[in-house]
Amino acid sequence: MERIEIDPRLTQATSVNVNNVNGYASLAGAGPVSASTNESPKALRITAASSNPKMFTLPWHEPLSTWPDDLLANLPRGISRHVVRFVRVGNEVYAMKEITQSVAEREYELLRQLEKIDVPSVKPIAVVTGRHTKDGEPLEAMLVTQHLKFSLPYRALFARNLREDTADRLIDALAVLLVRLHLVGFYWGDVSLSNVLFLRDADSFAAVLVDAETGELYPTLTNGQREYDIDLARTNIIGELMDLSSGKLLPDQVDEVEVGNRLVDRYHSLWSALTDVESFSPDEMWKIEKRVNMLNDLGFDVDELEMNTDEDGNRVRVRPRVVDAGYASRKLLRLTGLDVQENQARRLLNDLDAYRASTWRQGEDLEIVATDWMREVFEPTVRMIPAEYRSQIEPAQFFHEVLTHRWYLAEQVGHDVPMAQAVASYIENALPQYKIDSKVMEAINEDADSGVVDDESTYDDDDYNPEDDPDAAVWSH
Amino acid sequence: MAEVIFDHVTRIYPGNDKPSVDDLNLKINDGEFLVLVGPSGCGKSTTLRMLAGLEEVNKGRILIGDKDVTNMQPKDRDIAMVFQNYALYPHMTVADNMGFALKIAGTPKDEIRKRVEEAAKILDLTPFLDRKPKNLSGGQRQRVAMGRAIVRKPKVFLMDEPLSNLDAKLRVQTRTQIAALQRQLGVTTLYVTHDQTEALTMGDRIAVIKLGILQQVGAPTELYDRPANVFVAGFIGSPSMNISTHPVVNGHAQIGDDTIALPEEVVNKLTPEDNSQIVVGFRPEDADLASAEDANAFKLKVVNVEDLGSDGYIYGNIVTDGLAADEGAVMSDQDKMTTVRVNPRALPKVGDVVRIKIDPTKMHLFAPSTENRLN
Repeated sequence: MERIEIDPRLTQATSVNVNNVNGYASLAGAGPVSASTNESPKALRITAASSNPKMFTLPWHEPLSTWPDDLLANLPRGISRHVVRFVRVGNEVYAMKEITQSVAEREYELLRQLEKIDVPSVKPIAVVTGRHTKDGEPLEAMLVTQHLKFSLPYRALFARNLREDTADRLIDALAVLLVRLHLVGFYWGDVSLSNVLFLRDADSFAAVLVDAETGELYPTLTNGQREYDIDLARTNIIGELMDLSSGKLLPDQVDEVEVGNRLVDRYHSLWSALTDVESFSPDEMWKIEKRVNMLNDLGFDVDELEMNTDEDGNRVRVRPRVVDAGYASRKLLRLTGLDVQENQARRLLNDLDAYRASTWRQGEDLEIVATDWMREVFEPTVRMIPAEYRSQIEPAQFFHEVLTHRWYLAEQVGHDVPMAQAVASYIENALPQYKIDSKVMEAINEDADSGVVDDESTYDDDDYNPEDDPDAAVWSH
Repeated sequence: MAEVIFDHVTRIYPGNDKPSVDDLNLKINDGEFLVLVGPSGCGKSTTLRMLAGLEEVNKGRILIGDKDVTNMQPKDRDIAMVFQNYALYPHMTVADNMGFALKIAGTPKDEIRKRVEEAAKILDLTPFLDRKPKNLSGGQRQRVAMGRAIVRKPKVFLMDEPLSNLDAKLRVQTRTQIAALQRQLGVTTLYVTHDQTEALTMGDRIAVIKLGILQQVGAPTELYDRPANVFVAGFIGSPSMNISTHPVVNGHAQIGDDTIALPEEVVNKLTPEDNSQIVVGFRPEDADLASAEDANAFKLKVVNVEDLGSDGYIYGNIVTDGLAADEGAVMSDQDKMTTVRVNPRALPKVGDVVRIKIDPTKMHLFAPSTENRLN
């Protein structure tokens, strides 16, 4: 795979060359450092960005599919061609994927690059190479990433009989992610619902990239690269929804092709809002402000505007530059230190505004009001999340849902409901939907394994050996 | 069915002054399996991506079956990028997994079924069409993914290192299958790899590219037997060709203490820029041990021997002034040593000095100045 040029943003980054072991804590007492990435080290080698000594205690000499249950975290997995497991390592949960060494090293490097330029992607932890069974048989390398807390694969969301518009909301999140990736010059090459994880974001979702196997980072993308990603996304989404439909997991009224087309439409309208050049006459400069406000409403920050005048000076051409998502979430982070998704941030900021108004403090600094709001409103509410749900729902999402629940309660009874009462009612009536039934979980993970092409233990026939596959031999002659 | 033509195609990345692909002229015949091979960064993937429509073409044009596609969107080019990590859908049958993209495109049901059945026959998946992926072996699952590309009946298949994410076992098996499948289907195919073994075993023809410039195009045996320049000579073949530069004295190449005769017409082609030197190349299997009386042989001090049962290999250094070169560095870089295949039943010992004679009809001679072939 060629790397044509280095993105200038990455020159600020610390070493991302996997071969350059000096740039990392090389945890293991490793074998010789191989000159070629294709050469497998003879002894186990763990290349990691940060050290977690518990990594040494894992059974690297066993195929991942046979790791004992007590090491695994029972979380829903997405469909993959490779064996993937969630593994508890100390206090952390890591996603481990068994793939070839060159692909693991490449993906690790790419995820590290994405991390530096701050796009929503999973955090890479390590590449483990030089694995062997106790008999000395070589095993595939592993890519280790951090499990994203509170995130879910799309199949788990559909397994819960959520709202009819779930598919639409997931697509909207994927479109935003794709636009953000394309803005930073990331060509994905394999866009699908399966290759992202979803986080709840108030009434919407936020999507996070989890699979960068085919991705590549460029200074800018060509239209062909963007169009290819979009077309592939459309095909894959429709396929994934048709699959859900075959499994009776999709509401009947959802039209798969329409949902796929929605991705294309959403992508294009967002891309054009963010990148189109607009032309104004010099006395229409207010339109620039309008454009900036619109981008802010879409959740994007405008750092710079590129302005050119036509030769005759009659028109000004304006194009927003350096746009990034997270306008509201950055504002909330600055005010409260809370790091949450964009729509959650909006909801929280609205509540903060309401608090400010109801306490007659419009004249005061927002920073000071925000501190009091945290202490008096936000924290007491989220402290009430029952312990058993703390790993299932983010505090900001809980707060958002309680606010919504409170509004409905108030509507029912015809007057305001105190926060404590709303929280109690929410916990009793709404929160249980966050638990995934163990049977459902089992079904999801069985589905996830049924597309694996390179692990014998997931095949139907336990004795299967590709070398002996008679039909493979027949058709290849 | 279509031929593909790269017509003076150049790609320069923004901010670069040197082209990544420079004035490429290449024709892939209708139904041909062409492998584009070269080291990392040579421009081979860029070439494939230009054909796919993922990269802009700065100069020149690309044609697929007479149609100029240079500025066409990827989805309108009627190409299939095979093995882009096709997922298998657990609730859909094998038939639906293979045919769903046609359903999206609005292909009539009968036509979908027909194409799926055809593909299943070729892939030997007919008995499994109504099964779910769960009930398939890993190899069968892999073939369902291939089926998904086949049923589209594209004009051209594009494969960019498709085996790189498969484990070693599956890689060898899939390599054979792809080659066989392509021949059965007869779909024009551009296959990109850095691995010359893949190129030699799979391609109808191979195109070798280096630093954006096409070096040679030809059938595997052509490239192996008559490499056009030093780069192709060194790149194609494993173990690789022995290549070294020697002075030319009285129409002979001076190899260490010895000389070997060179064809006169080759010597005549040397220019003043070549400085009375010549690049001599020979494959390990094209030389043999010689007796003390044999003319046109040179001395080699044996540093390492390998007995593979069917073959024996000796690795050594040429002897000059009675001494072998670089004795200290030898073990660290076997590639720099001269390699000769010998009868494993008559292997010399490490430390022996042997005489080596190159088969004169299998000698590859190149001009040092241009690195181009002379014979």
